[in-house]
Amino acid sequence: MNWLTNKVLPKFRQLTTKQDTPDNLWVKCPDCGQMLFHNDLQANQNVCAHCDYHLRISPVERFEALFDEAKYDLIELPEVPVDPLKFRDSKRYTERLKDARHKTGDIDAMKVAHGKMNGNAAVIAVQNFDFMGGSLGLAVGEAIVAASKLAILQKAPLILFSAAGGARMQEGILSLMQMPRTTVAIQRLKENRLPFIVVLTDPTTGGVTASYAMLGDIQIAEPGALICFAGPRVIEETIRETLPDGFQRAEFLLEHGMLDMVVHRKDMRETLCRIIDLLGTKLKLPPAVMKNSDKKTVAKPSVAKEESAAASSSKK
Amino acid sequence: MNNFLDFEKPIADLEGKIRELEGLEDGSDIEIKEDIAKLRQKALHQLEQTYAKLTPWQKTQVARHVDRPKLSDITAQLIEEFTPLAGDRAFADDKAIVGGMGRFRGRSVVVIGTEKGKDTESRLRHNFGMARPEGYRKAQRLMRMADHFSLPILTFIDTSGAYPGIGAEERGQAEAIARSIEVSLDVRVPMIASIVGEGGSGGAVALASANRVLMFANAIYSVISPEGCAAILWKTRDKAQEAATAMKVTAQDLLKLKVIDRIVDEPVGGAQRDVPAAINALGDAIEEELTSLVGKEPGELREERRRKFLAIGRLEEG
Repeated sequence: MNWLTNKVLPKFRQLTTKQDTPDNLWVKCPDCGQMLFHNDLQANQNVCAHCDYHLRISPVERFEALFDEAKYDLIELPEVPVDPLKFRDSKRYTERLKDARHKTGDIDAMKVAHGKMNGNAAVIAVQNFDFMGGSLGLAVGEAIVAASKLAILQKAPLILFSAAGGARMQEGILSLMQMPRTTVAIQRLKENRLPFIVVLTDPTTGGVTASYAMLGDIQIAEPGALICFAGPRVIEETIRETLPDGFQRAEFLLEHGMLDMVVHRKDMRETLCRIIDLLGTKLKLPPAVMKNSDKKTVAKPSVAKEESAAASSSKK
Repeated sequence: MNNFLDFEKPIADLEGKIRELEGLEDGSDIEIKEDIAKLRQKALHQLEQTYAKLTPWQKTQVARHVDRPKLSDITAQLIEEFTPLAGDRAFADDKAIVGGMGRFRGRSVVVIGTEKGKDTESRLRHNFGMARPEGYRKAQRLMRMADHFSLPILTFIDTSGAYPGIGAEERGQAEAIARSIEVSLDVRVPMIASIVGEGGSGGAVALASANRVLMFANAIYSVISPEGCAAILWKTRDKAQEAATAMKVTAQDLLKLKVIDRIVDEPVGGAQRDVPAAINALGDAIEEELTSLVGKEPGELREERRRKFLAIGRLEEG
């Protein structure tokens, strides 16, 4: 049932919503304006073949592109209080939630999965901008807490893809409290010496950038992603100046020392696999997994692995 | 008190009349004296009545009142031998955040807070209490120092938020706030945060991830300003009153949501009417909370603080 609701249903919805209008066969690149054939675009991980513009991509597509053989398990996320403030603006918050759930087929704006990346266990959390702007509220906070717990349990790195307009205003102060809350979750991970890798995607702004999304051991961004605390419009209104070209884009942040690297989507899996490998998570793999990988490996690597496994077990 | 808020107009009128009569009074006219006494009574009553049922939007106005207690008032009254420390050791000294060491009721402490300033000159100098990354990096440095020397940390928050500017973004405003929260949740000394006026968003929580969060009765603490929320969700800033109510920004609401730990009562008519009395009450509350924290093990203080934030807004499960 879980597999049905979490995996099959959203995919099914995506297919149906994408295909029910004929003009969805072609997508116009928001950057260069080229018309892109839907299937080509999908095969290219939603990156424009002409200008390399990175269009948004769903959490499921990310999981499939990142995990070994596109195999992974979604975890069921803990329930959180719904509409704790009984918030209503021009519309009830519960209505907005319902709409977003219908649109995405998801419960809230973050999905968490675990699987293997180049043989190493990994937990990946993906924030979905299509769900109420990816906004950080109780549910996303809880998802990060759960992802951190899972990573600790599996002695695996946590890779988090951020995308959000900021905090979920409809949850008021409780959304603000997710900033310290998620920080605690990340601290627990770090105290277990497990890598926390953040991939900032377009857009990552506000309270999300100002908490977990800037606390990675390694900070990666997708090309062209808007990454900021205060959004460009807020700044323009405050200082009444037009902003420089490329301001707050991934490349700008890289230049200003806020990121380790900007990575093209086609290179993302390889880069992440290499990083978690280099950071040495193999040493921390649970014994059962060790045995499995020993079976199929040959000569040199297996010796190294056995040595390291012996070293880690003798410590205990 | 010359700075009246719009909803205080009846009180302002009464006080105007009192002043008028006082001008007429030459010490001999008993009737005028009686009238003045009556009007004073009436004005006080009106003030009590008005402040007993302030709306969230009115509280927002009170929280932003120009005569609210400032960090400089607090350090002058509560911190002996206050010794400000400057700079983030990387780029600059941000005067929107003032910090240093001193003695609070006999105990050596580290103080960090936002400063809005009192007049045009000092407001500009302190950037209206809106900090840049250097401010949050100075705060981190001072928190680490407090941890190193086992000194309790007292923070005071009155800010509309972190400064939204080009330079601030270039130098990593988001990272500076994120690290400030991280350090707050990492130190192993008692940490007490007090929301004095406005607790504006990430710029406030950067200094308020503490063991105890106290809040003045008319202060506000929110994820975004009511105007900002209205502009986004209602598409017009004119709906700020509705937004203030919907977002639950008052101390009374936040205590119910267990986001804050204690409300500090203000003098009749708000802290701005009697700043020394308000600060004294705040000092008493901080002293009580601090006394309950200082005996605890360093590791316990940190773990308690973390658990407290993990528990906020979670479904009951123990």
